[in-house]
Amino acid sequence: MSLLKLEQVHVGYGGIKAVKGIDLEVNAGELVTLIGANGAGKTTTLKAIVGLLKPSEGRVMYDGNNIVGQPSHAIAAKGLVLVPEGRGVFPSLTIEENLQMGAYIRNDRDGIAADIEHKFSLFPRLKERAKQTAGTLSGGEQQMLAISRALMAKPKLLLLDEPSMGLAPIMVQKIFEVVRDVSKSGVTILLIEQNARLALQISQRGYVMDGGLITLAGESADLLSNPKVREAYLGEG
Amino acid sequence: MNAAGWTANPRNKWIGIACIAIALIALPFVLAMAGTAWVRITNFAILFVLLSLGLNIVVGFAGLLDLGYIAFYAVGAYVYALLASPHFGLHLPWWMILPIGAFVACIFGILLGSPTLKLRGDYLAIVTLGFGEIVRIFMNNLSDPINVTNGPKGISTIDSIKLAGLDFGGSTRIGDFVLSGTIKYYFFLLAILLIVIVINFRLQNSRIGRAWEAIREDEMAARAMGINTTRMKLLAFAMGASFGGIAGGMFSAIQGFISPESFVLNESVMVLAMVVLGGMGNIWGVVLGAVLLSFVPELLRYTVEPAQHALFGKQIIEAEVLRMLLFGLAMVLMMLYRPAGLLPSAVRKRELAKEEA
Repeated sequence: MSLLKLEQVHVGYGGIKAVKGIDLEVNAGELVTLIGANGAGKTTTLKAIVGLLKPSEGRVMYDGNNIVGQPSHAIAAKGLVLVPEGRGVFPSLTIEENLQMGAYIRNDRDGIAADIEHKFSLFPRLKERAKQTAGTLSGGEQQMLAISRALMAKPKLLLLDEPSMGLAPIMVQKIFEVVRDVSKSGVTILLIEQNARLALQISQRGYVMDGGLITLAGESADLLSNPKVREAYLGEG
Repeated sequence: MNAAGWTANPRNKWIGIACIAIALIALPFVLAMAGTAWVRITNFAILFVLLSLGLNIVVGFAGLLDLGYIAFYAVGAYVYALLASPHFGLHLPWWMILPIGAFVACIFGILLGSPTLKLRGDYLAIVTLGFGEIVRIFMNNLSDPINVTNGPKGISTIDSIKLAGLDFGGSTRIGDFVLSGTIKYYFFLLAILLIVIVINFRLQNSRIGRAWEAIREDEMAARAMGINTTRMKLLAFAMGASFGGIAGGMFSAIQGFISPESFVLNESVMVLAMVVLGGMGNIWGVVLGAVLLSFVPELLRYTVEPAQHALFGKQIIEAEVLRMLLFGLAMVLMMLYRPAGLLPSAVRKRELAKEEA
């Protein structure tokens, strides 16, 4: 069953249309990626899903309901949690406080404490620095914190906006491993990436976006071997 | 927070609290020996502490710069004055008016908050500054065609507070002991202050306080965490405004006379300076800032001019001039050596440390 379904979604900024009618589907348990060049409309699509932007047309169906027009905090409370582009951790709060903030919508004190411990066991690096401020972490560590914080909300669908952006290649590898592990643990993920190769390698299905439209869609393995994708997004010609 | 140090030894903590309580109870009687004026100055200092704590919610906790905060003080003061003076012939008791004043100020807070939700920093400062001025100008001009505020002439003979058979407007004689009205107000204000401080601490450590912190740090990330940023920002404006409204009501009752002149932009700036000097976001810091900026100018007034007469036989610098000079100097020194305030909040300190790094 599809957890998230975009039906002919159009989004614009003022007069400029950034997304021109796209269909996209994420089924429960899947890791789906949306790839495309800079300015293709990927982030705009994501913002429209979580209610930070309002689509001018179309429907965003989540768990069977149209969530267009709902405020973003209400959407987050439904389990649709975004890890914003550029990491978006709270730089002056400690790592522990960041994780607690992630659990803002939850009320189970014990469960939250246990979850924080669980995140620390996944990322020992974060535990070592639990009392340090998030701003002192390296880019990759901040991204791990951002993902951990989002997981604290127990999301049904995790939306990742370019988690590899601005990271050193070795860190990019690590982050993709983290994303794959999170997916294996049962969290449904929609991953937005410019790094098409890695994104397609870890995902089951993929969408290719260009000029505000979905130009290709299919199994990630097929897209990886698709000559058009290889030429345009994998740097092979 | 230094409270952690206290709780390490609960016995010391209680001894400390007892000492502070005794000092606060004895304070007005000691000050009264030096002259009732000092008790009155202390009362105004407490009013400013109340105002600073209210503004601290908006500026310190939620990170929304408000340059028109004095407007809420004005609203509270006018509500009290209109409901307890011969102006309309209404004489409601204080325990009805103070909550009404807080409520009306709260509405004004939301009124200011809702159109400015999308603004931050400089832009928000300009709009709030305008709001403060608009309220004052309204007070100044709402005397025609219907006389609501009595314009620049202000409202006089405002009722004093009456509690348990005591009229706070005058002295009470208990045997040989005379309790002046000013001292009675001191204890009344102290009680309100205690309640406000407790509320502030509860707020800071609550979900609401954490939500404000998140908004101050990164509004979009806060929304992604499921925080209703609109509601939380309005709540900050509303709560801050209510405290201002209560302080305003007390001001009316103590003074017995108010006019728009008491609510000029300079007062907003003064309250903001108290918050910044003490340490934005740190409750004790804000209290310290307000006490210092209320007392130091008065101390100067009572010492500088006599000292000059004694030394030079004439007055060379007026206390008022010296006050502004020292004020400027203090601000420059603060920015250089303690940019996060005298008692900085933990998070603010980290923010500044990060910028330097």
